[in-house]
Amino acid sequence: MGVEQKLGNMGVVTTTLETAVNWARTNAMWPMLFGLACCAIEMMAAQAASYDMSRFGMELMRPSPRQSDLMIVAGRVSRKMAPVLRRLYDQMPEPKWVIAMGDCASCGGVFNNYAIVQGVDEVVPVDVYVAGCPPRPEALIHGVLTLSEKVKGERFKDAAKA
Amino acid sequence: MDTKLEKIVQTLQEKFGATLEEFRGEAHVFVKPEHIIEALTLLRDAHEFALLSAMTAVDYWPQDASRPRFHVIYQLTSLARNLSVQLRVPVNGSRLKVPTATGVFAAANWREREIMDMFGIEFEGHPDPRRILLPDDLDGHPLRKDFPLGYEEPQFTFNFEEIDVRKPYVKE
Repeated sequence: MGVEQKLGNMGVVTTTLETAVNWARTNAMWPMLFGLACCAIEMMAAQAASYDMSRFGMELMRPSPRQSDLMIVAGRVSRKMAPVLRRLYDQMPEPKWVIAMGDCASCGGVFNNYAIVQGVDEVVPVDVYVAGCPPRPEALIHGVLTLSEKVKGERFKDAAKA
Repeated sequence: MDTKLEKIVQTLQEKFGATLEEFRGEAHVFVKPEHIIEALTLLRDAHEFALLSAMTAVDYWPQDASRPRFHVIYQLTSLARNLSVQLRVPVNGSRLKVPTATGVFAAANWREREIMDMFGIEFEGHPDPRRILLPDDLDGHPLRKDFPLGYEEPQFTFNFEEIDVRKPYVKE
């Protein structure tokens, strides 16, 4: 099924390089193990058997930023953690994406005080915000698929400009 | 209050001029800063209070200046005698200094660093007087009652744009 039908009898499929590259990127997007609070539990659930994020090419959580493409900021970021978060982001190879998972990572959530960064977009550029406290695994998977759509729409000339 | 504890409190009152306040059967013994180390040593050595189970501080701001603003609290437990006593050291707003208890209880080391961090009370003679929980560049002491509560204005739909202009976003 699928690709064989498109191939026909010629054994050739035509596409654009951008589509092929973006297809590869979205289907092997390895997230970094970066649980900071209760959201990390939902992130683990999204990885585990019931929800199984590996269906979307996210089966490998990398313990090293140097091997990962996606940073899921799962939980509240304290002001003391913020420089560490930025450092890990800087260590990730391009291209890289960030999902702010949960209310705390997106905007500070219920913690408006001296200790918590009011949204990780103050520290790293965020691609997708996932709402919820904590978001259910379905919500995280929806966020990941939203990111996939975003990546599929990326064009090389835009990336060159940035 | 326990009769065994009453005798111990009496010795503290006679030796150090301590005052006693009772709250729901718990003994709170008020000791002056210059006597606290002797009092802790006496309790540990003569009365088997081997465990410093908690050490913290309270800020009673705002109140009139005649009463001390901070209380440093030492909660001691004697597992051998099944007793618990609380020592309180009132500290005045102008001179926030208490001698360190690290020489008596090693557990006081991090507790005192936390109190230094959160209340700005100095412990004289502390072996490692660095911040323990907060970032090194933070101004002020957050558990003081006069520390400002909010750090950033929350964005709602009606004021989103207005606050978004001031919000510190990262520049890649």
